Amino acid sequence: MERIPILRMGRLLLVTIQVDMHDRLAMALQEDLTNRIVKDRANGVLIDISALDIVDSFIGRMISDTAAMAKILDAKTVLVGMQPAVAITLVELGLTLEGVSTALNVELGMKMLEQPG
Amino acid sequence: MSNKSTQLAAVIAEFQDQLLEGWLAGLESRLHRDKSKTIDLRGQAAQFLPLLAETLQQTTSTNIEDAGWVDVRQLLAEISQARVRQGFTPIETANFVFALKEPIFEYLRKALVDNPLQASEEIATASTLFDNLGLYTIDVYQKAREQIILRQQQELLELSTPVVQLWQNVLALPLIGTLDSSRTQVVMESLLQKIVETGALIAIIDITGVPTVDTLVAQHLLKTIAAARLMGADCIISGIRPQIAQTIVHLGVNLEDVVTKATLADAFVVALQRAGSSIQLTAGR
Repeated sequence: MERIPILRMGRLLLVTIQVDMHDRLAMALQEDLTNRIVKDRANGVLIDISALDIVDSFIGRMISDTAAMAKILDAKTVLVGMQPAVAITLVELGLTLEGVSTALNVELGMKMLEQPG
Repeated sequence: MSNKSTQLAAVIAEFQDQLLEGWLAGLESRLHRDKSKTIDLRGQAAQFLPLLAETLQQTTSTNIEDAGWVDVRQLLAEISQARVRQGFTPIETANFVFALKEPIFEYLRKALVDNPLQASEEIATASTLFDNLGLYTIDVYQKAREQIILRQQQELLELSTPVVQLWQNVLALPLIGTLDSSRTQVVMESLLQKIVETGALIAIIDITGVPTVDTLVAQHLLKTIAAARLMGADCIISGIRPQIAQTIVHLGVNLEDVVTKATLADAFVVALQRAGSSIQLTAGR
């Protein structure tokens, strides 16, 4: 089965979603990411969704849940590169991702992760 | 029915020139003097009359919705649409057809002078026909007006939501007019698009020009802010007037998670601080 790659940079994990998200893929990502955070003792996760231009309520919830799970495992999570259409859809769905940090692009997201605290 | 229409058709065909003169005289007396000069009344009338005669001869039906009347309908539609653009009133537009009634009746009466009963029937039929044609012109006129209004609404929607870049990484969105759902959508889209284009970190939403803020408007604002936050940009609301502050609190709208400032200037200072810039007043002022 196809899986979304998780890259390690020091103590940061980098997830770039480059394919169309479908439900199984999203579930697998949740599982992989939580495992990797524990295994690699990561303290920061950057999820890049700039290539994602369509979300439904399930994927929206998955993104929000994944970010929340990473936070519980004490890894600072930043969601970067959300497309305007995706942002509008999530807001209309009522998923405002409270408590998840967001940034416009990978560069700004990295900066946020590197800041202490 | 068919022989009656033929009688009307025969009268129109036979007295075309006289009818045209009578019609034009009637039209000019009904229209405002300045306006009658601006359009080619004679040309339009001379085009309409033969077409009407021809249609009456070819079709037995007096129902203008029928296929036989398509050319007449088309000509009337063109004329009505032109009238809309020239700023005519609906009455003036409909009068184009109605003014033809009097000369037609006059010649119908003359043609059937020895048969008063048929004459009155003929006139009743013709009257219904011209009423329908007149109503049709009003219908077209109305539709053309609605189209103009619709287009202007669209243009207004686009005009009224500019997103300006105040500084590096700082955008401003001066909102003017009431925020409804469709405008919120446009505002949201243009703001988010601009955030992507400029890579802005902070957007100031200035609501000085928003006359009233009710729960719905507030909810729309909060949606816009939430969407911008999802993209990684923070929002500041500025330009909150005292009355609006009172209304917001009375309505119980929760704006606690949002930075709010009374004026755009205050919001700009905060935005600059966040963006890592500052403005220094030079000496002497």
